Amino acid sequence: MRRFSLGRYTLPVYSVIAIVYLMIPIAYTFVFSFNDSLKTNLIWRGFTFDKWLNVCQQQGVCEAFGNSILIGVISTILATTLGTMIAIALVRYRFKARSFVSLLIFLPMATPEVVLGAGLASQFFSMGAAKGIATIIIAHVMFCMSFVVVTVKARVASLDPALEEAGRDLYGSPAQVFWKITFPLLMPGILSAALLSFALSFDDFIITNFNSGPAMTFPKYVYTAAARGIPAEANVVGSAVFLLAIAIVVTVQVRGSVKAKRLAKR
Amino acid sequence: MAFAAFGHGGGSASAAAPTKKSKVALFLLLPGLIYLGLFFMTPLISLIITSLEVPDGSGVMGSYAYGFAIENYAKVVTEFWPQISHSFGYALIATVGALFISYPLAYFIGVKARRFPLIQGLMLTLVIAPFFISFLLRTFAWKQIFSNESPAVHFLQQVGILGAHDYLVGTPFMVIFGLTYNFIPFMTLPLYSILERLDVRLLEASSDLYASPATTFRKVTLPLTAPGIISGTLLTFIPIAGDYVNASGDFLGGTKTAMIGNVVESRFLVLNDYPTASALSVLLMGVILLLVGFYAKRSGTEDLL
Repeated sequence: MRRFSLGRYTLPVYSVIAIVYLMIPIAYTFVFSFNDSLKTNLIWRGFTFDKWLNVCQQQGVCEAFGNSILIGVISTILATTLGTMIAIALVRYRFKARSFVSLLIFLPMATPEVVLGAGLASQFFSMGAAKGIATIIIAHVMFCMSFVVVTVKARVASLDPALEEAGRDLYGSPAQVFWKITFPLLMPGILSAALLSFALSFDDFIITNFNSGPAMTFPKYVYTAAARGIPAEANVVGSAVFLLAIAIVVTVQVRGSVKAKRLAKR
Repeated sequence: MAFAAFGHGGGSASAAAPTKKSKVALFLLLPGLIYLGLFFMTPLISLIITSLEVPDGSGVMGSYAYGFAIENYAKVVTEFWPQISHSFGYALIATVGALFISYPLAYFIGVKARRFPLIQGLMLTLVIAPFFISFLLRTFAWKQIFSNESPAVHFLQQVGILGAHDYLVGTPFMVIFGLTYNFIPFMTLPLYSILERLDVRLLEASSDLYASPATTFRKVTLPLTAPGIISGTLLTFIPIAGDYVNASGDFLGGTKTAMIGNVVESRFLVLNDYPTASALSVLLMGVILLLVGFYAKRSGTEDLL
């Protein structure tokens, strides 16, 4: 084994440096959410909890955050439903246009956001549709769906068809088999797809910027504020979301590894 | 092969074969496919139509008439050549940079840390951690860290790496730095997922046959992990080529670093010059499709998904 190592310590040290590098802007954002700043948040002026306690006092931050949550939740529900249906069809059924469907699912992921954004905006423009929260949701469902398909597809593929057969043998109706066996077994895949979809929607800026009109989302708020300097309250929202997301990921991972151990024993 | 898929044509209509199963498949597929047809395919077509439009002569800003102005493309290529070359040049450098940073990291997490699941899990979580903090906040943090008055820039000026009146923000270097940083996880994750499954016995076999570590890497590890490199490269290059946040003057860029995305944004949202913005978008999409087609030809669409 040792003969493959690039020297014993080079690789671990390199990896730690790379991870530290990845953490620098996160740490910076977090630290500066405690800055006792005035309008902008450029220079360290002392430690305070004020911005965490009075986030909403900064004009617009909380409205933008609320909009982002609303858009994220609705887009996630729609994208996860549509994407899960496609994923089941792709794995479980044989049909002629398979490669066409695969391609149609793959293409949105391979299209640069600026193209997706400008394309939809030009369509809304030619339709005369007013841009706002509804058009943002339409856009988000579109680009989240493919990621849902990919995530859920892996889960469907790993599902043992014998379990569903057993359900049918015991006189379960197709609906019963689906809701009592297939759906619960797919749940972990659907949940992680939903989380991914929410994260993508919540952090999307480029596509949103083209299709939002006057509506504000959190990333758009940050982009607009950047010209004058981003207020510390934005750092508070960013840091809070970060901590929450990490907590969710760690919980899912710990539960997953416990499950994996149980399965490994069989 | 991605484009052979078009040959099947017919869309989901052909899924309506007389068996019961196909009907279920159709019911499952249709809503999503119609959605993608309406809000993914149609916008692309709308973009192509818009890119060929001509001013309608009314003199009103943002009003155009249908046309077939192929010359719009020639115009955008000559007028925006610097921005086009920035997009693909920066994307190339940043993708290679991300690959060099990610490969050893992914190798360590996927191969060396296998015996320590806890460390592996922790490092993996840290690699995806940047996803959880707003992309814009992350990028702005780098701007602050390397701002003109920052200790980092003062230090670089003092040791002579930067001249007394040279700064970092607004330079191509800074934009490429930001792009590389922001897309490292997109490179690391696919590399990790393939390295995690790498059979180390193959490396042992190679070394038993007297291959040097370098030869083993070149002849065994690299070919086995090529699919990860391919998907990582695509996942990094595509969003970078279309990005305009890093290169924006309010973030890491300046007037001389604009990329295709910056032009599309200002033409579309500020100047209402839809044909120019659309022609540039179609051009970007075309180059990306060529690239994806080239890769898909080698590995197949099922692998891409």
